[in-house]
Amino acid sequence: MRRLGLSFLVVVFAAAAGAPFLAPHAPDVKFSELLYAPPTLPHVVDDAGAWHAPFIYPWRLADRLEQRFEQNRSTRMPLVWLRGGRIAQSSDEARAPFLLVGADGSGRDVFARLLFGARTSLGLALVAALGATLLGGLVGGAAGYIGGIVDEALMRATDFVLVLPAIYVVLALRAVLPLVLSSGIVFVMLAAIFAVVGAPFVARGVRAIVRSERQLEYAVAARSLGAGHARLLVRHLLPAASGYVVVQLTVLVPAFIVAEATLSYVGLGFQDPIASWGAMLQEASNTRALTDFRWLLSPAAAIFLVVLGLNLVLQQSGVNPVTISSDEPLGRLRSDSHSL
Amino acid sequence: MLAFLLRRFAFAVVLVFTVSSAALILVRLAPGDYADTVAAPNASREVKDAMRARFGLNRSVAQQYGAWVADAVRLDFGRSMMYGSPVRGLVREGAINTAILAATALVAATLIGLPLGIISGSRRGLLADAIRTVSIVLLSLPPLLSSLVLLAVAAGTGWLPVGDMRSAGGAAWPLFDLLRHLIVPATALALPIAAMFERMQSQAMAEVVGQPYVLAALARGIPRARIVWRDALKPALRPAAAVYGLVVGALLSGSFAVEAVTSWPGLGVLMLDALRARDLYLVAGCAAAGSVFLAIGTIVSDVALVLIDPRAVEAG
Repeated sequence: MRRLGLSFLVVVFAAAAGAPFLAPHAPDVKFSELLYAPPTLPHVVDDAGAWHAPFIYPWRLADRLEQRFEQNRSTRMPLVWLRGGRIAQSSDEARAPFLLVGADGSGRDVFARLLFGARTSLGLALVAALGATLLGGLVGGAAGYIGGIVDEALMRATDFVLVLPAIYVVLALRAVLPLVLSSGIVFVMLAAIFAVVGAPFVARGVRAIVRSERQLEYAVAARSLGAGHARLLVRHLLPAASGYVVVQLTVLVPAFIVAEATLSYVGLGFQDPIASWGAMLQEASNTRALTDFRWLLSPAAAIFLVVLGLNLVLQQSGVNPVTISSDEPLGRLRSDSHSL
Repeated sequence: MLAFLLRRFAFAVVLVFTVSSAALILVRLAPGDYADTVAAPNASREVKDAMRARFGLNRSVAQQYGAWVADAVRLDFGRSMMYGSPVRGLVREGAINTAILAATALVAATLIGLPLGIISGSRRGLLADAIRTVSIVLLSLPPLLSSLVLLAVAAGTGWLPVGDMRSAGGAAWPLFDLLRHLIVPATALALPIAAMFERMQSQAMAEVVGQPYVLAALARGIPRARIVWRDALKPALRPAAAVYGLVVGALLSGSFAVEAVTSWPGLGVLMLDALRARDLYLVAGCAAAGSVFLAIGTIVSDVALVLIDPRAVEAG
């Protein structure tokens, strides 16, 4: 299970990293004759039953009103490999482009947008999760180390944020900023908002760990050897929380991917020319997309794959439950050292 | 017990007051106001100023906030700028719609998730593995995705209405019509939460079942089913009761996505529209209603916790 999860993640991250090579087109190239064109799947056998190198059938607009396409089965468009730094393209990109996952409402290649969108969505989630753990680690470390009224105040504040539904906090923080912003600023701003909202989850655990570690002999020893507060906290106590922080990272990344998708879906995240999974899903928000242009839902599949991958990895590294089964009436005690 | 309840109630009041105040002040301090969002782009300064004066946006933040608080304690939450009607009625309608959705989903998730968690936590084998696998898959389908998928199924098959809460033009049996519209959003919201309950209950059950007293009971020949469903059940329900308060937050978060996807006219979409239009009082009203839900959730979960484990009174 864990292997499976890891392989999902490797595939998606490799796809994001190799987007310019793997995508047949740039994410913003528009084929104005092919709005909502269905996927052009590669074939190797033609209608006569003869074998060929992989080829596609071009689409021909059958009904402009319904935006219905028909395959032109008479012309074969062979795929060409490794041309212009791209792994696969059709031999006539201008008239019959290779659209592995179809085209969107502006005639752009959904596959290319998925790959480039992965960079935006995953990049944002990773940056934000790192920010959240950094911020949460600092706040939690400070609260646990200093104790007293600082601890009390910081923990009350985190408690308060934790009670609130996270998406509303994100929504409120996002909505009070100017509604139309450039994509770079949106990225930084969303990362900052996610980090602030995610930090309390990390802070609580880090605080508990630092608090208990502070009492242990090694911490006392380091202190009596003359280590300053900052050194003791950063060099000795916070590393004890690293295992916990890694688990939190894998929890926060999927949460942030979904948060980006939700925000962009309602129009407060990335906006159209930018490819992100959420911005792409927004285009799937009409009934035609749900019935006739199903490939527009592909970002949902991509999100599912990443979240499932992370969940599978997480599930296996979690606490092994102690179980009894009917064939082992006495039960076998299994416990894991990692039981935070 | 009474002191405990009073303490929790005081926390609830503070929560509602702080959240709605914070929402109002945050939106008030945000760049741009209602006049900017609705006035024509080329509207003159005088037109916008007149509009601001009409909605009281020309006062200072402190003045406006003070006036709002003075009215709010008398349960008058002002008038919505974009709808032109009292916030109270708008928010009540949205809150009821969200409550219908969330309560249905919560009941369904509890009825599905907890028993399955008890089963998968107390035994090993194919069934437990199957339940766990399904749970992990469903956990990876957050409400945004589950509602899109279910909506696509509904649209593809034509079995169920696609979005909205009531059929346009009314239906012969309004309640039946509502239930038909409720199936997709409620299922979409319930599934991930059911999966969460299952995982949590499974772990709690597994922990309890590993206790020496369960072993002792088994050794005395008490049937396994009786131990699992009677003796081990109550202590195993503690974590579930503890997270029930937080589940309301997850429900509201999830319900926001579901409402947006299935156009269910709830609190979430109302708040979204209000935030975008910078409709101050409506935002504050929605925030107040949402935090009332949260407060109810935490109080119910605290009481449930005390009923299961009386020692919790001293801790809370």
